[in-house]
Amino acid sequence: MIKLKQVSFSYGDTPVLHHIDLLVQEGEMVALLGPNGSGKTTMIKLLSGVLRPTTGDIHLDGSILSRMKRRQVAQRVAVVPQQFSMPFAFTLREVVLLGRTPFLSLFSDEREQDHRVVQQAMERIGIAALKERFFNELSGGERQKAILAMTLAQEPKVLLLDEPTAHLDINHQVEILDLVKRLNREQGVTVIGAMHDLNLASLYFDRLLLLKEGRIFADGTPEKLLTPETIKEVFAASVQVTQHPLTKSPHVVVIPKQSPLE
Amino acid sequence: MFTRLKQNRRLLILMALGALLLVCLLIAVSLGAVPISPLNIIKMTLNKMGLFHFTATWQPSDETILFLIRLPRVVAGALVGSALASAGVLFQGMLRNPMADPYIIGTSAGAAFGATIAMMLPVSVAFLSFGLVPIAAFFGALGAVLLVYNLAKVGGKTPIVSMLLAGFAVSAMLAAIVFLMVTLSGRTGLLQNVYSFLMGSISVSGWNQIIIIAPIIIGAIIAARFLAFRLNALSLGEEGAAYLGIDVERDKLLVLALGSLLTAAAVSISGLVGFIGLVVPHAVRLVLGPDHRLLLPAAALSGAAFLVLADLFARTVLAPSEIPIGIITAIIGAPFFIYLLRRTRREYAF
Repeated sequence: MIKLKQVSFSYGDTPVLHHIDLLVQEGEMVALLGPNGSGKTTMIKLLSGVLRPTTGDIHLDGSILSRMKRRQVAQRVAVVPQQFSMPFAFTLREVVLLGRTPFLSLFSDEREQDHRVVQQAMERIGIAALKERFFNELSGGERQKAILAMTLAQEPKVLLLDEPTAHLDINHQVEILDLVKRLNREQGVTVIGAMHDLNLASLYFDRLLLLKEGRIFADGTPEKLLTPETIKEVFAASVQVTQHPLTKSPHVVVIPKQSPLE
Repeated sequence: MFTRLKQNRRLLILMALGALLLVCLLIAVSLGAVPISPLNIIKMTLNKMGLFHFTATWQPSDETILFLIRLPRVVAGALVGSALASAGVLFQGMLRNPMADPYIIGTSAGAAFGATIAMMLPVSVAFLSFGLVPIAAFFGALGAVLLVYNLAKVGGKTPIVSMLLAGFAVSAMLAAIVFLMVTLSGRTGLLQNVYSFLMGSISVSGWNQIIIIAPIIIGAIIAARFLAFRLNALSLGEEGAAYLGIDVERDKLLVLALGSLLTAAAVSISGLVGFIGLVVPHAVRLVLGPDHRLLLPAAALSGAAFLVLADLFARTVLAPSEIPIGIITAIIGAPFFIYLLRRTRREYAF
C-alpha cells in the first residue's frame, strides 16, 4: 500500500507538485496522465525514493519512504524508465542480473538462487533466447524488454513505469503493456505508470490520475475520466471520445485545430 | 552449476594472468647490465625465503644486484602498473566513459604541481626514506581531486559532467602554474627535472618506499574489488543505479577516493606514466567483457605485467641511458590498442 500525505515538491525555487494526497492499494494498476510539465515524472521519482518530498510524507507499507535505505526501497520498488544507455558491452543476461543488485551484499557474489530468478525473469518476458546477445546491439523494443526483465529480477511489490513505451513502435508498446498487465494480474504487482498515450492508458489501466499543474485534477476509472470536457480542461485539446470496438473502453480521437478537409 | 562455472572461469583467467605476471617479473629481473639466469634467481629467492638451501652457483654480487637494485625496481614497476590500470577501471566505470584515464580529474596536474614545488625548495627533507618530491606529488594529486570534487559539488550532489569540467579547468590551471614556476625560476635543472617527472620513470632506491606504497596500492585494489558489482550497476547511469538500490553519491565518492589514492601512490614513485591507465582497462574489457568483478583484478595483473615489460625496455634498449617509460608505454600500447579495437566485435555505444 502506498500513501501520500500532503506531498509537495520543488526543484529549487520552482514548485512542481502541490499537496498531493493519494492512496494506492496493493495490486492496483494506476496510470498518471497529464500534459508535459504536469509532474508525472516527478511523481514517479518521488515514489521510487530517488527524490524526497520537500514537504509531506510518502508511506510504503507503513514505513516512511524517505527514511528507508535505498537498498531497502529497491528490494520492493522497481522502475522502468523511458530508456537506459549502456556505455559498455554487457550481455542481456548481465543486464538482467543487475536487477539482483539490492539483494547482493558487499562481500558475496550472486548465488545459484539469483541465477534462477534471472533465468525465470528472462523466460517470463520471452527473451531467454537472446541472453548472450549484447544489450547495445538489441533493438529498442528488445532492450526495453530486457529492462523489464531486470526489474522483474528485482522481485518488486511495486513497479513504477516512466513512459516506458515512449520510444517504441506500436507492436512493442502493446507487448510491453501486455507483459506489465500480466505481472499485475498474475503476481499482484502494484503498477503505477506515467503514460502519455491516453488510449493505451484507457486499454490497460483500471484507474487514472489526471495531473494538471502539479495537482491531482481527477482520479477515477477511464470511463469516468476520459470525457471531451475533462480532456479539454487538462490538456487544452479538443477531442471526441468513442468506444474501443473490442474492449468497449473509452477511445479518444483527436480533432485537428484546422480541419484537413477544409 | 552456472555460478560455479562462471566463478571457475574467472579464477582460471586470473590465475593465468598471475602466472604471466610472474614470468614477466622473472624475465625483467634477469636482464640488465649484469644478466642473472632465471634459475639462479629462483634459487636465490627460495634461499632468501628460508625454504631451501641451494649451494651458491652465482657471484655474491649477483645477490646484491638482485635483491637491492633490480627486484625493488621491478616490483615498483608492477605496483605502478597495477595501480594505474585499476584506477583506470575505476574512473572509466564511474564516469561511464571508456576514454577516461586516472589523470582525467586532475591527479596528474596536482602531482606535477606538488612535485615542482618540492623540486624548487632548497631543502631536501627525507621522511621515512621518501624524498620530498614523491610526498609532494602524492598529496598534490589528492589535493587536486579534493578541489575538483568540491568545485563540482552542487547541493550535496556531484554530477559527472561538472566533475569532468572542473577537472579540466583545475588541470589547465595547475599545469599553467607549473610552467610559470619553471619559467620564472630561471633554473635550467628544474626544467629537466619537471620534464622527466612528466614523462615518468620508475625510481626507487631499495625497499623502503615500496614497504609503504605496496600496502596502499594492494589494499586499495582489494577494497575496490568489493565495489565491482556496484560499478556494474553504475553503468546504467546514476538514475538507473539509484533505482537498483545504489547510494550513488556515496559510491561515487568511494570510487573516486580509491582511484585517486591508487593514482597518487603510483605517481609518487614513477612520475606521470601515461597511456597505461587508459589502454589496459580498455584492452582487458574488450577481451574479457565489462563485468568489473573480473575486469578489475584482471586489469591490475595485466597492468603490472605490461609496465614491468615496458620498464625493462626503458632501461635496456639504449643502456646505459634510459628512455622515459611514458614513451615506451605509448609506443607499445597504442598499436596494440588499435589492433584490439579493430579485431573485436565487443563494440562501444554511447
